[in-house]
Amino acid sequence: MSLYARLTGWIVLLFGLGYFFIPLLGLTEFSLKARRGVYSLDAYAKIIGDTEFQATFSYSVVMALVTIAFGILIVVPTAFWVRLKMPWARPYVEFLTLLPLVIPAIVIVFGYIRLYNTSSWLPLTGTVTGTNLLLAFGYTVLALPYMYRAVDTGLRTIDVATLTEAAQSLGAGWTTILTRVILPNVLPAVLSGAFLTFAIVIGEFTLAALLDRPAFGPYLQRIGANKPYEPFALSVIAFAITWACMGLIQLVTRFSKHMKAES
Amino acid sequence: MPYLEIARLEKSFGANRVVTDFNLGVEQGEFISLLGPSGCGKTTVLRMVAGFERPSSGAIRIGSEDVVGKRPNQRNIGMVFQAYALFPNLTVAENVGFGLKIKGARRDEITARVAEMLALIGLPDLGARYPFQLSGGQQQRVALARALAPKPRVLLLDEPLSALDAKVRVSLRNEIRAIQRDLGITTIFVTHDQEEALSISDRIVVMNAGIADQVGTPFEIYNRPTTRFVANFVGQLNLFKADGAGRIGGVAVGQGDFAARPEAVHLGREAESDIVLPATVEEVHFLGSVIRVTAAAAGARIALDTFNRPDMPPPAVGSAVELSLSSRDLIPLK
Repeated sequence: MSLYARLTGWIVLLFGLGYFFIPLLGLTEFSLKARRGVYSLDAYAKIIGDTEFQATFSYSVVMALVTIAFGILIVVPTAFWVRLKMPWARPYVEFLTLLPLVIPAIVIVFGYIRLYNTSSWLPLTGTVTGTNLLLAFGYTVLALPYMYRAVDTGLRTIDVATLTEAAQSLGAGWTTILTRVILPNVLPAVLSGAFLTFAIVIGEFTLAALLDRPAFGPYLQRIGANKPYEPFALSVIAFAITWACMGLIQLVTRFSKHMKAES
Repeated sequence: MPYLEIARLEKSFGANRVVTDFNLGVEQGEFISLLGPSGCGKTTVLRMVAGFERPSSGAIRIGSEDVVGKRPNQRNIGMVFQAYALFPNLTVAENVGFGLKIKGARRDEITARVAEMLALIGLPDLGARYPFQLSGGQQQRVALARALAPKPRVLLLDEPLSALDAKVRVSLRNEIRAIQRDLGITTIFVTHDQEEALSISDRIVVMNAGIADQVGTPFEIYNRPTTRFVANFVGQLNLFKADGAGRIGGVAVGQGDFAARPEAVHLGREAESDIVLPATVEEVHFLGSVIRVTAAAAGARIALDTFNRPDMPPPAVGSAVELSLSSRDLIPLK
């Protein structure tokens, strides 16, 4: 490679890194400036000590876990069945799972409110539990493209048909096949889907705000509008969570290589 | 009454009929091979017995119980697949014990049976390994142990040796046969490899285009093929056409086409051979104990095998020789 080409490569890389990291550094630096003249973690301490932060964050974590459970319950059997019995339906199912990427969350939530309002046949918004459930359903829809893709990719790495038949010939029914054969073998894929779902749910604003639930996203927005340093500390925390999720995906993928069979 | 009975079995995928009027009775403890080229319907028959495909019509009875309406997991049939199909997330011992666990066997029962099975396949120390840590041959042996552990009524083997290299293939097929004899389990073995089928089966079903062309012992299939397809597919063959007067080499044999195995044709005149044909040697392959000679005679290429003898060098290519064979060894082709 010529010196020129090598130099250009480095410049492009440095520009990219700078473009990404300088604002982040600025953000982090500013979040540390809550005390005049010195760097301190005051803003972080204030945020973490804030009971509203604790309440909204734990609410969103619980919602994320519920969403992940819904996602796994819906996506794993569907992707498995499509691969096993209806391979012709794959493009259609894939298209369906991609819809949440093109339909804005606000459309989904208005649809929900119209369909499930207190004067409808299923008045989910009438109770707190109902609204929470509705929010979890909404999150599940938003996370669908990621979850489905992750699980489908996982299923591609194993011989679904033969493993299913092997389990059947050993006396296993569908539930046993799904829980003891298919799920454990696509677990790394399911987990990476789960972490993506987690990252999406933690930062989601539209659904939670319009359904008026005390989630982390609306809290983030509220703090941002009213406090000087805390929102930046919060942003750094949010970034850290997202990155931790990405790191966990990497870790799980690496762990799964050790488990992988020659097929 | 046979233990496993398949009667008038038919299977079509849309307009494509893959199995036609398939009938077979398998005695308890018998080892049957379904032999045929790819696409002949042999795997489809096996999958219908296993319950993975539903027959278009016909009956499958195991121990006089009709199993056609039963799901695969209710049939108590052991199956070994070409691609091993071990569960990658389970250890060897967990794989072997899987069927027993589903049946709800007690833990100590499972442990004992797993140990017994692992000893049977000669891998008593590999219980804690994962499938990816085993060679292909070992994986297939574990798959066999897994299929046998729940004591199935019938064992189905779907080309279990195709993915293995030649040496392992031969040793494993002998092992499979020894274990099958040992346990006395009724077995159907699907293969496209005639040598495999001939060497380990009690009986062979030669299949062609969805039809069972001939059912018989390896000896019968090889020496008395009843159709042209079977004669061609199993073993090597020399074709002879009788002349207008129904004669070959001057000996009356009747009208039509005939075939003879390479070992039935002799180099030079033999005492009991009545047909003698002048020939020119075209190819000589020295294979060690056997010498395969190809010669042109009566307008056809004839292959013959002779045993190596240190005092008799093989004929030179291009030399004129006489070939002889007995008219009793001719196989009439339908």
